[in-house]
Amino acid sequence: MNSAINFPAWLRADGRKGIRNVIVVAYLVECAHHVSRMIVNRADNIDVHLIGFPGCYPNQYAYEMMRAVCTHPNVGGALLISLGCESMNREKLLKDIHASGRPAELLVIQEAGGTKSTIKSGIEAVARLQAQAAQVERVPMYLHELIVGTICGGSDGTSGITANPAVGRCFDALVAADATCIFEETGELIGCETIMADRAITPELGVEIEACVAKAEHYYRVMGFGSFAPGNADGGLTTLEEKSMGAYSKSGSSPISGLIKPGDIPPAGGLYLLDVVPDGEPRFGFPNISDNAEIIELIACGSHVILFTTGRGSVVGSAISPVIKVCANPETYRRLAEDMDVNAGRILEGEATLDEVGEEILQNVIDVASGKRSVSEDLGHQEFILTYKTFEPIGPSCLPVRHIA
Amino acid sequence: MNKTTIAPLILLHPDDNILVCVRQIRAGDAIDIEQETIISPIDIGVGHKVARFALAAGDKVCRYGAPIGSMIETVAKGHHVHMHNMKSDYIPSHTRTRQTQYRSEE
Repeated sequence: MNSAINFPAWLRADGRKGIRNVIVVAYLVECAHHVSRMIVNRADNIDVHLIGFPGCYPNQYAYEMMRAVCTHPNVGGALLISLGCESMNREKLLKDIHASGRPAELLVIQEAGGTKSTIKSGIEAVARLQAQAAQVERVPMYLHELIVGTICGGSDGTSGITANPAVGRCFDALVAADATCIFEETGELIGCETIMADRAITPELGVEIEACVAKAEHYYRVMGFGSFAPGNADGGLTTLEEKSMGAYSKSGSSPISGLIKPGDIPPAGGLYLLDVVPDGEPRFGFPNISDNAEIIELIACGSHVILFTTGRGSVVGSAISPVIKVCANPETYRRLAEDMDVNAGRILEGEATLDEVGEEILQNVIDVASGKRSVSEDLGHQEFILTYKTFEPIGPSCLPVRHIA
Repeated sequence: MNKTTIAPLILLHPDDNILVCVRQIRAGDAIDIEQETIISPIDIGVGHKVARFALAAGDKVCRYGAPIGSMIETVAKGHHVHMHNMKSDYIPSHTRTRQTQYRSEE
């Protein structure tokens, strides 16, 4: 890979580099959602995104996630909208964002005069934040500085043959260039734990990987449902382990350098597994209620770009980081071409090889990192979901020093 | 390669006992499996599986060279392998109509 490949990035005061300069408007409880949405609607700018947390009760994970996404390298400033009586620690969040060197403002609806007054103040605040974000220095960012996450959604029987292994090829090329790649959803890796553990750079990390998949299996058993949607079966998949084997191929063939949890930033280039299943006895419901909850966790780990593979045809994007859609099924591609970036279904029709599609995905990553809007981004998809979870910090074996191996 | 000459079924791994459909098969289509021509009794959609050999209840179903579940009924060579005749060895799958174990109307 050409190590000179670079793109114009925004250099944040904390030293991180972003490929977008997004202003986030964050509601800190559902009661502030409407006001926040009105501010974003009135701003009417593709780089002003609505995010938030609906709950009124305190939750450490939710706080850490909000802090992580508001200080993401793609974020140039944050406007926090509080109702006033919710538990989210708005002063600490504002302080943490300021400490990252980003401009941030806080509006409390109960103190700002109500709905109309807060919307009016919010629109003015967004304009101030945009003006400050526009002053951020642009610097070259190299491929090895990029963090790329991957997820599959609406998988079918073609996903594991075309789009997922093609993303795996792209991941292998990125890891070879010392970029950072993250794959996730341990509940969709049930059945792959042994082969996955063999790829860990230390035996101790392998043990941690097997344990986190066992945790996922226990959690989903308690929930009563595996991570398997009706559409998966319509598309030819039959079992969780069949879906898992297909999903697993997104990780490519590089050694696994570490196991992280939502909000952990990988310490160096390499391939990482993100454990998205909560720790402790199951509570608060399903680990991730839909794909976008996982995307936000990948973004909280620093992902600048997301590679989203789909067989049945998902249309979602995300707030904060662009989502590139890789369609596995040629029939789905023909039906939903307007929502797809890459047609990996060509592999099934003999029109392209896995390696060629892998290269095409990599080129899309470079183009999107260079400023080209991904299809979902251009369509205005800015989904965001954050719900309650509980996590313990990762264990000492989860991030071995890479060069020991 | 020309689109029209692509075989409708592919073998992903030499150890597999199923083939994956990569081009829509219609009921009555002749399909070649392991030196034998079989008339497909039903439509098979892209992404779905058919048996490479006759399989019995309890047989592990292999795809990508790895087990992806077990047969719960016998299936003839060339016939559909799906939720009506196989199950997970981990957590049961659900569908819109059946929230536990799915039985097809076949």
